[in-house]
Amino acid sequence: MTATANVPLLQARAVVKVFPGVRALDGVDFTLQSGEIHALIGENGAGKSTLIKVLTGVYPRDGGELLAGGSPIQPRSPADAERLGISTVYQEIHLLPALSIAENILLGRQPGHPAWIDWKSLRRRAAAALERVGLAGLDPGTPAGACSLAVQQLIAVARALDVQARVLILDEPTSSLDEQEAAALFALMRHLRGAGLGILFVTHFLDQVYAVSDRITILRNGHLAGVFPTAQLSRLDLVSHMLGKELTASGSIETSPGPHGHDQKDAAPAPLLEARGLTRRGAVENIDLKLHRGEALGLAGLLGSGRTETARLLFGADRRSAGAILIDGKPVPLRSPRDAIRHGMAFCSEDRKSEGIIPGLSVRDNLVLAMEASRRTLRRLSRAKREELAHRFIEALRIKTPALDTPIENLSGGNQQKVLLARWLCLEPSLFILDEPTRGIDVGAKVEIERLISRLRRRGRGVLFVSSDLEEVVRVCDRIAVLRDRCKAAELSGSQLDATTVMHTIAGADPVRQPAPGGDPAPA
Amino acid sequence: MMACRTSSAVARSWLWPLAGLLLLLAFNGIFAPGFFRLAFVEGRLVGNPVHIAVQSSKIILVAIGMTLVIATKGVDLSVGSVMAISGSTAAVLAAAGASFPSLFAASLAAGAAVGLTNGLLVAGLRIQPIVATLIFMVLGRGVAMLIAGGQPRPIQNETLLFLGSGHFWILPLPPLLALAALLATAAVVRFTPLGLFIAAAGSNETAARLAGLPAARIKALVYTFSGIAAACAGLIAAARVETADPSRLGELVELDAIFAVVVGGTALTGGRFSLAGSLAGALLIQTLTLTMINQGMPPEITPVPKALVIVAVCLLQSGEFRKRAAGLFRRPAAA
Amino acid sequence: MNLAFRQRWLPTLVTAAVLLLLLAAAGALYPGFLRPLVFANILRNNAYLGILALGMTFVILSGGIDLSVGTLLAFSTILLARAIEAGLHPLPAAFAVAAVGTFFGAGQGLLIHSFRLPPFLVTLAGMFLAKGLAFAVSLQSLTISHPHFDAAASFRILVPGRAPLTTATWMFLVLLAAGILLARRTRFGRNVYALGGSEDTALLMGLPIARTRVTVYALSGLCAALAGLAMTLNTRSGNPAIGLGMELDAIACAVIGGTLLTGGVGSVFGTFLGVLIFGSIKTALDFHGGLDSSWLRIAMGILLLAFIVLQRALSRSGSPNPNS
Repeated sequence: MTATANVPLLQARAVVKVFPGVRALDGVDFTLQSGEIHALIGENGAGKSTLIKVLTGVYPRDGGELLAGGSPIQPRSPADAERLGISTVYQEIHLLPALSIAENILLGRQPGHPAWIDWKSLRRRAAAALERVGLAGLDPGTPAGACSLAVQQLIAVARALDVQARVLILDEPTSSLDEQEAAALFALMRHLRGAGLGILFVTHFLDQVYAVSDRITILRNGHLAGVFPTAQLSRLDLVSHMLGKELTASGSIETSPGPHGHDQKDAAPAPLLEARGLTRRGAVENIDLKLHRGEALGLAGLLGSGRTETARLLFGADRRSAGAILIDGKPVPLRSPRDAIRHGMAFCSEDRKSEGIIPGLSVRDNLVLAMEASRRTLRRLSRAKREELAHRFIEALRIKTPALDTPIENLSGGNQQKVLLARWLCLEPSLFILDEPTRGIDVGAKVEIERLISRLRRRGRGVLFVSSDLEEVVRVCDRIAVLRDRCKAAELSGSQLDATTVMHTIAGADPVRQPAPGGDPAPA
Repeated sequence: MMACRTSSAVARSWLWPLAGLLLLLAFNGIFAPGFFRLAFVEGRLVGNPVHIAVQSSKIILVAIGMTLVIATKGVDLSVGSVMAISGSTAAVLAAAGASFPSLFAASLAAGAAVGLTNGLLVAGLRIQPIVATLIFMVLGRGVAMLIAGGQPRPIQNETLLFLGSGHFWILPLPPLLALAALLATAAVVRFTPLGLFIAAAGSNETAARLAGLPAARIKALVYTFSGIAAACAGLIAAARVETADPSRLGELVELDAIFAVVVGGTALTGGRFSLAGSLAGALLIQTLTLTMINQGMPPEITPVPKALVIVAVCLLQSGEFRKRAAGLFRRPAAA
Repeated sequence: MNLAFRQRWLPTLVTAAVLLLLLAAAGALYPGFLRPLVFANILRNNAYLGILALGMTFVILSGGIDLSVGTLLAFSTILLARAIEAGLHPLPAAFAVAAVGTFFGAGQGLLIHSFRLPPFLVTLAGMFLAKGLAFAVSLQSLTISHPHFDAAASFRILVPGRAPLTTATWMFLVLLAAGILLARRTRFGRNVYALGGSEDTALLMGLPIARTRVTVYALSGLCAALAGLAMTLNTRSGNPAIGLGMELDAIACAVIGGTLLTGGVGSVFGTFLGVLIFGSIKTALDFHGGLDSSWLRIAMGILLLAFIVLQRALSRSGSPNPNS
């Protein structure tokens, strides 16, 4: 880059942000030029949202520096950042639905006297701001909540632009928009780029990255994984940088068509679990899955592809809007997790902290919770039985805890996860749905959990395994369903089971994609 | 031993009110000679400690239910109105010649009905607990006045009166009944999975639901139980003064009960709870009140120290306050 | 889809309809109910409540609640009576009482904001405190007698229909107009709506949250003190024993007037309608004679229940809200 010619609009140098136990950002560099749309990409926990929060002053940084137009800045709050010309539109639309559009655009900087508001010029200014985002016809007096999500998103952009923003940060602005709405937003983004703004665009839809962005910054595990001009980065390279797989390491892109691999259990009776046309509006569409006894089925895909949503629907944690779930060939209603548990299912959420552990309760109580809840009596498990269960699983899973009475939040992540697995194991369920069970835990625990899964499989249980670690999915699973953009893109099995093929399928729509001779990657 | 859960943090949390109580008693022992003097009058034990126990029995009863409600991250503001409803129901039925079992059952059923409605509003319609129970705080007193015909009613049932002013051996009945109810609840909470479920639903409702707990049903149950506990308190309180005054009965008891529970170490953020702590908290308020009166303060002014104590306890529990206070102490050391 | 619109206006429309229905029914049942004199009396007798509810509306709009206003009102009446008895002129005494109320409220606001304490708990303690302080000022009620105070209390303007508007009524009406302007026309007012709508959003929009929240509770304390003044103008005495339950009436009036208890939605004018409903029911019960005041409580409780459930239903149905 010819740095002297154009001083970057916004620059982060070696930014560090540490949370207890995690280095969320570890020496990350980032540069945004004027007149560019810059995509920021990464998987869960890569540090995207942390970086944005550092840039906008939500979090104080623990190291590195921020520069705007070449001079150092210290934003202390989003309002502070706005004054510096950095405006943000957040993923969750931060509008006040009960207030008018005009107020939502101008709240905090309404025209008028220090105390009084001049409603006439408020409306006029709001109308002008709406015109800039292509909403000229909209009445600024309408309550914001009465507008569609797409319009609300544009109103948020109008608000962000009203402060004479030079940097516009869009944090997953399209996650709730349909194609046409997203296209309208892109048109606006291009228009703003033409006007010299720098736009930082976070998304997990790869199509959109290629549709609008000029450059791409990829983060992985708090580190910078690379900065590339969009035109020079293939989808496959992009995905491999996101997931941290060196393509060159596995040699050629093509998979070897060797016959080795797992047996297809095609002649088995009714599958243990079958999903037909599973749909939840805005989350997943028309997912078909089959899982047999003694089998591990992987769900692979990028963040936002619908993998977690599918897992939750199968467990009854969310309501499906269409589709059927069959267990042993019989349709079951599955209205709540309780129903699912009764049908022999178990579920580990990807969010261990807010959906898994019960803080304040001891390791033992956390461990026996599902067991106690599944009993249809008011008699508690005897103390001896509880102790016996806890001891057995602490030993079997090698859970490291000072005592049974230790509050679970005092354990390490890996040990917490093992307690949660033990919570289900004592029920002896026939089907495990594990959503990212190995994320954020140490390598030792990871290996043990993988071993546990293969043990479960050998005992004839079914395992649905969701992970963004492709090597792991390939290691653990017999078949892999790949999700892309909320739909099932393909199902891989046998010889197709290697990380490269999975990555190809996840990246999709790339010229290199060819069906391997071993099978047909069409939806089942 | 009645502290519900196991972690040492909880065990410590109910030691605080106990320490406060002991401190207050020590103060009285020093500055109010004869405070602990017990005497026998007509074969019954009398004296300040007995008086405190009798006076706090209705708060203890209400606090039993309130503890469990607060453990689920809720609050029940309707308990005072429920007391008025139950007392009035009993008085009216007694005047009509109903037997003790029937008026007892009717009063408790009335309390349970209000509690269940609260529970359905909170768990079913997902209305915030303060809002949902506020409805019956307003409505309930009107219902009580309607039942009683708008005026205080004398209690005309020997058995009920005996519950309020009778004695077992040398000891007054109300505190014994309150203690029995507390022990029974503690036993249920300990020997059935309910205590675990309540703590789990209060600490992390999402995780509890995903582990297969019927979180909504547990909440509904807890509010119903609180209604029943308040109804019991209403019976005893009415029997003690031998009248059910629908506009006075249970007035401000919700505050005393919340006070007892919060002071007793149950966090308003749900999860951890301690029935023993609530007991100590209830005794603490009553001792505080009596101490003030003994020191010559008019009874009407005793809310002032109560208010100061509750604010102090809340501040001590507030993480924000601890941070700032710690910072305040650290700064001179660093400088 | 039109979620916000329905949340915003439907409750107020329902409130207006309820009020009209109530007045029509009362007019049909009790001849002479629909007279200017009766209305003037409703305004006069409920001026204190209207002023309390006004402050409460702002607190609820900001997403909080203030349970201390009833006993704070009692404290104000007795403080005023004591000050006048001690020889202070009623005007400076009134200003002093207003200042005390404001500080009381601001103190609660500071505790709530700085230490993230739940509003209901802090104001519950405030309720205790004000009750005790009221009795600390005087254990008995005190009669106020001062020529200027008496003049203010007996001042009235007759409007057509020979309906008298007293000083308390004027206070209420002026404060009401000021409250409507404050909510609608000032930055502070809009910040209150934003804070109650979503604190996170208000923070991200860079609004002064701390100042707004503390001011809201200070305003509620001020309103409680002014309501106390209005009360003494009607009764010409200060009484430490009143006030309990008034906070509930004030909350009920605000909610029945269409203010959402979770904050962010509502209007001062709606609260005025709520107060009129309360006053009309009370007056209708007076007209009936035989009915005791329990029916007032029951009617208010049922209306409260109906409105809370209605609002819940409104906010549940409708578009997939991205924020929930």
